[in-house]
Amino acid sequence: MTTLELPSRGELTGRPYQVSTVRHQTHDVVTIDVRPEQDPIAFQPGQFDMVYVYGVGEAAISISSDPATPGLLSHTIRAVGWVTKALNQLQPGATIAIRGPYGRPWPLEQASGHDLVIVAGGIGLAPVRPAIVQALRQRERFGRVVLLVGARSPRDLVFRDDLEVWNADRGIDVHATVDSAVRGWTGHVGVVTTLIPRVPFDPENAVVLACGPEVMMRATARSMQARGVPAERIHVTLERNMKCGVGTCGHCQLGPLFLCRDGPVFAWPEVAGLLEVREL
Amino acid sequence: MAGPQHVGAAILAVDELDPLIVALRDDGYRVVGPTVRDGAIVHADLESAADLPRGWTDEQGPGTYRARPTDGDARFSYAVGPSSPKRELFPPRQRLWTATSDSDASFQVVEEARESPRIAFLGLRGCELAAIRIQDRVFLRGSYQDEVYAANRSDTLLIAVECGSPAGTCFCASMGTGPRVDDGADLILTELLDGDPRFLVRVGSDAGAALLERLAYRDATAADLDAREQVVTAAAERMGRTLDVDGLPDLLMDNLDHPRWDAVADRCLACANCTLVCPTCFCSTIEDTTDLRGQTAHRDRRWDSCFGLEFSHATPASIRTSTKARYRQWMTHKLATWVEQFGTSGCVGCGRCITWCPVGIDITEEAAAIRRASDPTSADLPVPPTGARR
Repeated sequence: MTTLELPSRGELTGRPYQVSTVRHQTHDVVTIDVRPEQDPIAFQPGQFDMVYVYGVGEAAISISSDPATPGLLSHTIRAVGWVTKALNQLQPGATIAIRGPYGRPWPLEQASGHDLVIVAGGIGLAPVRPAIVQALRQRERFGRVVLLVGARSPRDLVFRDDLEVWNADRGIDVHATVDSAVRGWTGHVGVVTTLIPRVPFDPENAVVLACGPEVMMRATARSMQARGVPAERIHVTLERNMKCGVGTCGHCQLGPLFLCRDGPVFAWPEVAGLLEVREL
Repeated sequence: MAGPQHVGAAILAVDELDPLIVALRDDGYRVVGPTVRDGAIVHADLESAADLPRGWTDEQGPGTYRARPTDGDARFSYAVGPSSPKRELFPPRQRLWTATSDSDASFQVVEEARESPRIAFLGLRGCELAAIRIQDRVFLRGSYQDEVYAANRSDTLLIAVECGSPAGTCFCASMGTGPRVDDGADLILTELLDGDPRFLVRVGSDAGAALLERLAYRDATAADLDAREQVVTAAAERMGRTLDVDGLPDLLMDNLDHPRWDAVADRCLACANCTLVCPTCFCSTIEDTTDLRGQTAHRDRRWDSCFGLEFSHATPASIRTSTKARYRQWMTHKLATWVEQFGTSGCVGCGRCITWCPVGIDITEEAAAIRRASDPTSADLPVPPTGARR
């Protein structure tokens, strides 16, 4: 009666990856491109990895690269803690260990046939970037594709090369805004949600993907609903401290949800009430 | 294939406990059961029946525990101690792996050899069996199985002893986990103290049947079965606490801003004792360390607690900074959100969190207070000052 099968899939040990390129995005954000030393593992837009730096530790990081090329994996990392600071100091040739991918992806299938509106704040562009890349590859499946990007200042904008390439020619309507401008900035000034009432898309037929600070996603959900987007078609990705990535360490709980296992992508009605409770 | 023949209920004389332990040890099992150590009845390795807490009992209340010798001769006349099977199956600290590096750029991970220890648990209560079933769900029934837990759990033998002496902090009857045990163990014993001291034994598995066949037993009589019935019935009636679980998950989740959370936070020390003694709490954290030269790195997993400030660490600050939020997280997880996550309550009614709380916070009383305050017919509603009636 107490005979149990041993697990078929080990999830305690990462697989080795070699750093091929380190690209500095801003003063404290880098994108690290890595190649697996074994066969690549497929991932879906919005999923994350647990990334380990030798002797320092492990952090949950969204995958920011193209799902079509899992053999070249990118993670975009802001230096805020021990592990992310160590990641920001890696040099090409270094080895890191990665386990994953984990989590529920962006619902791109569900967005098929709809306008796709993506709202990203700061480094929040990283977790939606694979969805943008995939949507552009399958451009005919969507109506309008709109990207709203916000950053504190022009120097905090990530993936600037992409923002210049993604434009009307590629079938994507890109709007960038900064909270505070500097000399030479000719774009919009104001938080990213101020763009929502003024960009063209059909709210009743739109699917929204939002990623950024919690306060920004709350404001986005509010503005989108005010414009007529049904709440269940607004999707956000949430972030909390994660140690395991598979729903057993308990750290990333939000009410009944394990963000790692049940998310990190959620439809707005799944989390709206929980996010209203202070310190939940 | 013909397995060992299942017998009905059997009777073992008290003297057969030692052959039972010897038989298990001969089979290569560590026998983990109750013994008196440091003034408490704890789970530890048993070498013989002489290690059992013969003639001991325990007295428990909110914030108080005393192991006490009695005039009696019983081996299992106590409720539960501070330790639980969690300590063996999900140890407080586990090495996940070691890595070695001989250059700045690369390292190799050396997987830990995961041996499955043979552990025979002797003396498990209904609440403890329920706790094992709950941790099985957490670690083995999700999308990913936990390697460490699975290895520790894969070769275990569970021998229950039904509880005849619940403590003042017990409420297993409310949670439906005890004191009666009818399945979920290889052997189920009941210590009968009427007449000749003896154990009623029921078989729960082929392994349990095979074990019993190696001992000198006689068939149980109707009188023996009656005696067992009296033990568990009396125990169920002597629960020190009750918890009304009807609609409890919704009740708590509908009252996340209830003032009672502030009141309990005024008493709670956020010491994490409750999570450490809880047989189902499963939260853990990771510790990565290296030797001084950086040539060897270790990755360990250890118990963590939602009562720590670091537990909800996020950028730029922890999410649950107040004690109120941390107590609420623990209690709502245990009694409410656990049900949605794992299809079962996270509480087995063992009462350890009440006993071992330094200030005696009582989870049953906290739940009852929120229920009373939410019930419009409650007698606890504020009474207008008498002068107002004039």
